[in-house]
Amino acid sequence: MNYNWNWSIFFEPAPGGTGTYFHMLLTGLWLTIQTGIFAWIIALIFGSIVGVLRTLPSKTAYWIGFAWVEFFRNMPLLVQLFLWFFVLPELLPRSWGLWLKQMPNAPFYTAAIGIGLFMSARVAVQLGAGIASLPRGQKQAATALGLTTLQGYRYVLLPIAFRIIMPPLTSEFLNTIKNTAVAITIGLIELTGQARSMQEFSFQVFEAFTAATVMYLLINIIVVTGMRFLERSLAIPGYITGK
Amino acid sequence: MFANFDFDVIRRSLGYLFLDGMAFTLTLTGLSALGGIIFGTLIALMRLSGFKVLGRIAGLYVDFMRSLPLVLVIFWFYFLVPYVGQWLTGASRPISVGAFTSALVTFIMFEAAYFSEIMRAGIQSISKGQPAAANALGMTYAQTMRYVVLPQAFRNMLPVLLTQTIVLFQDTSLVYVLSMPDFLGAASKVAQRDGRLVEMYLFAAVVYFTISCAASFGVRRLQARISIVR
Repeated sequence: MNYNWNWSIFFEPAPGGTGTYFHMLLTGLWLTIQTGIFAWIIALIFGSIVGVLRTLPSKTAYWIGFAWVEFFRNMPLLVQLFLWFFVLPELLPRSWGLWLKQMPNAPFYTAAIGIGLFMSARVAVQLGAGIASLPRGQKQAATALGLTTLQGYRYVLLPIAFRIIMPPLTSEFLNTIKNTAVAITIGLIELTGQARSMQEFSFQVFEAFTAATVMYLLINIIVVTGMRFLERSLAIPGYITGK
Repeated sequence: MFANFDFDVIRRSLGYLFLDGMAFTLTLTGLSALGGIIFGTLIALMRLSGFKVLGRIAGLYVDFMRSLPLVLVIFWFYFLVPYVGQWLTGASRPISVGAFTSALVTFIMFEAAYFSEIMRAGIQSISKGQPAAANALGMTYAQTMRYVVLPQAFRNMLPVLLTQTIVLFQDTSLVYVLSMPDFLGAASKVAQRDGRLVEMYLFAAVVYFTISCAASFGVRRLQARISIVR
């Protein structure tokens, strides 16, 4: 392979005057983490609401949940980001659209919200399955104790359902972080984006991508370890997921 | 609300969008799914082979691929494939492979990691008595897999494999980052040429949505039929 390896490239100053190439990649890593966490919070909030809606006895609630999930699951994430970024401002009243377009950090907010809503459909499906996996007696016991539907979910069903779906939620969280890379198409210069610009400035393709790869692997290891720890500390002794 | 929009731009570009763009997307999806399932099955067989080293390599490959964003993998292969081609053919310079080949290699290698997990679950779902019976009949390992285990595993996992293929169909839109003329790329080219972003992106969304919805409905029907037979 006649490729000029130059691993010291990371310590050379990057164009733009903000520091070395390594620093440039770290900026991207930080933005990836920020976008990922922001999106994950949105995914959890909407995913929980929609996941619960899918398990309620009401037909209307079920259909709203169903429509939400199908809407966000059946379009590529890239197309969804384009819809939020390019299409939405044009469909709103003129002044709102203008405000949206001139908003600072528009790619960041669009990516976080767009990826968050995209992932919320997946969280909803997991949570719906988690609630459905609970023995029917749980819900009946909650009703027998005089809890309202809301209280039943809040104090009985959800605490157990969330514990059950911890492992799939971990991988959905990782998917959220990985999906932030799609946002380079709307101009978010996160980790993959920074690796790409480093490659364009320095021509050291493989060093740049190797560094980004290592950083993604590190994120994965940290998240998996952290979630396993969380899972263990939340486990209820003697219950389904506890020992 | 849509008064200022020109939806005729869609009608004018239908030929380009579907005959070029959608054809590219569907070819890429089909070939990647085929290659991914074959390669994924090999990885699954490696993991279940009982040889520690082979299983470990396959496991590392799957974990590695699944921790990376597809966009990064697309970039990796786009730059890597010419060098690998040079190494394989012994050429003096990195060979130029077409955009399509590069994308195809990427998707086969990437999706194989996901398909292998499905096939592994499928192979493990076959009861132990089946390979044991095949053994008793004097079949070799290859024959056992070829005639007994894999056909059943494949059949059991068909709905999941197809669902993953729908995900793959949506993921192929990411070749946009290499400005390839897939369906979304074609729509985006027309959109930028005519300044009709809203119309074209809305149309692309509707098309992806319709195809994915119809396909997942079909998979659900198939699943219902298969589960009755079993």
